[in-house]
Amino acid sequence: MSALLAAAFALGASPAFAADGAAAAGVAWWVWPLALFVVCFALGIVAVPAGVGGGVLFVPIVSGFFPFHLDFIRGTGLLVALASALSAGPSLLRAGLADLRLALPLALLASASSIAGALIGLAMPAQVVQIALGVTILGIVALMASAPKSESGASVTPDRLAAALAIHGVYHDRATGRNHPWNVHRTPLALVLFTGIGVLAGMFGMGAGWANVPVLNLVMGAPLKVSAGTSGFILSLVDSSAAWVYLHRGATLAVLTVPSVIGMMLGAQIGARLLSVLKASVVRKLVLGLLLFAGARALQKGLGFAG
Amino acid sequence: MSARDEKPTQPLEQLHYATLLDWGTKLGFVVLVVAFAAYVTGLLPAFIPHEQLPEVWGLPLDAYLARTGAPTGWDWVGLVTKGDYASIAGIALLSACSLPCLLVIVPDYWRRGERGLATIAALIALVLLFAASGLLVAGH
Repeated sequence: MSALLAAAFALGASPAFAADGAAAAGVAWWVWPLALFVVCFALGIVAVPAGVGGGVLFVPIVSGFFPFHLDFIRGTGLLVALASALSAGPSLLRAGLADLRLALPLALLASASSIAGALIGLAMPAQVVQIALGVTILGIVALMASAPKSESGASVTPDRLAAALAIHGVYHDRATGRNHPWNVHRTPLALVLFTGIGVLAGMFGMGAGWANVPVLNLVMGAPLKVSAGTSGFILSLVDSSAAWVYLHRGATLAVLTVPSVIGMMLGAQIGARLLSVLKASVVRKLVLGLLLFAGARALQKGLGFAG
Repeated sequence: MSARDEKPTQPLEQLHYATLLDWGTKLGFVVLVVAFAAYVTGLLPAFIPHEQLPEVWGLPLDAYLARTGAPTGWDWVGLVTKGDYASIAGIALLSACSLPCLLVIVPDYWRRGERGLATIAALIALVLLFAASGLLVAGH
C-alpha cells in the first residue's frame, strides 16, 4: 500500500509528471515499475469496454507521465498490444470471430510496413516523433468520436480479389443464437490502407486496432464483431514484426515491459467481465477524454512547452 | 421463441493455428513471469543493477546503449543468465509464437489447392523471419 502511495505521489508531485526525469530523482527504482503496473491495470480495465487496444492508450499516457524515454515506451507499447492480441487470438479463431482468410492478406502488407515504420520511428528525433504522435492521437480521437459502425456485412458484393481468395464466412452470434453469413468488398483499397496502418503501428508502437476495425467494418463491409475479432488477430502478426525491430535495437527494457504487459492483461480480464455491467458509452467518453489529454500532452512535449 | 442456428464449424487450418498459438502464448507468458520474478527478487543477477536503472531509462536509445553496453541483435542470448535478459527471452518467445502457426497452415492450404492463401501465409512467415533475423539496423 505504501508503495502505491509512493507511486501516486511520484506521479502527482511534479507539474511535468516526471516526464523529463526530474521527479524520478529520489524515488526508489521499484516505484516506477509498480506505478506502471497499476496504471496499465487501470488502462486494461477501460480498454476492453471502450473497444480499443492497450497500445493506443499506453504510449501517449506513459510517454507523457513517466520518466522512460519514448524509444523504450514505443517498443513496450507494441508488446502490450501484442500480448493482448496473442492471449485473445486462440479463442477468437475458434469462435470464428477472427477469420484467417480475411486477416492473412491484410496482415502481409501491414507486417512488412510495420517494420518500415519501426525503423523510421527509431531513426527520427524523439521530438519529431512526439509531435507526430500527438497529431496522430488527436486524429484518432476525431475518428473514434465520429466513425459510424455497421453491424451487418452480408449484403456486400465481393470484389474479384475477395472472391479469388474465398474471403467470406459465417459467424455465430451467441446473443441471438443466429448464424450470419458475410462477404467483403473493396479489398484492394483495404490493402493500401492496411499498409499505412502498419507504418503507424511500427512508428508509434501502437496496436492500431483503432484503425483496423473501421477499415474492416466500414471499408470492407465485414460485420462489426468479425471486424473487431479479426483486427485483434491481425495485431498479433503486425506487432510481432515491429516488436523484433525494437528488440534487436536494444529498445526493450524488462523493467518497463513486463509490469506493463502483466498489468494490462490482468486489467483486460477485469474489463472483459465488466463489459456487461459498465455502460459502454460512458467508458468510451472516458477513453476519448484520456486520449485527448494524452495527445495534447504529447504535442506539448514535442513542441517544447512541457514544464 | 425462435430456433437457434447450429454453430458453424471452423476450417481445420484455423483450428490448427489456434491450438499452436495457444500453446506458444502460454509458454511465453510463463517464461516472462518466472524470469521477471527471478530478476526483481535478485534470484538472478541483473545486467544493469536495479539502482542504476533510473539513470539510464530516460536516455535516448543510442545514449543508453553507449552508457550501459547493452547488447543489440541476437547478442542478448549470451546474457540470458542475467535476470533482465532472461525476461527478454519471454518477450522473444511471445514475438515468435506466430511463426510456427503460419508454417503449419501453409501445407493445410496447399493440400486443398488454395495456393494463393498458402503463398500469403508463407510470405508473412518470411516477413517475420526477416524481422527476427536481426539484419535490420537503424539509428538516430
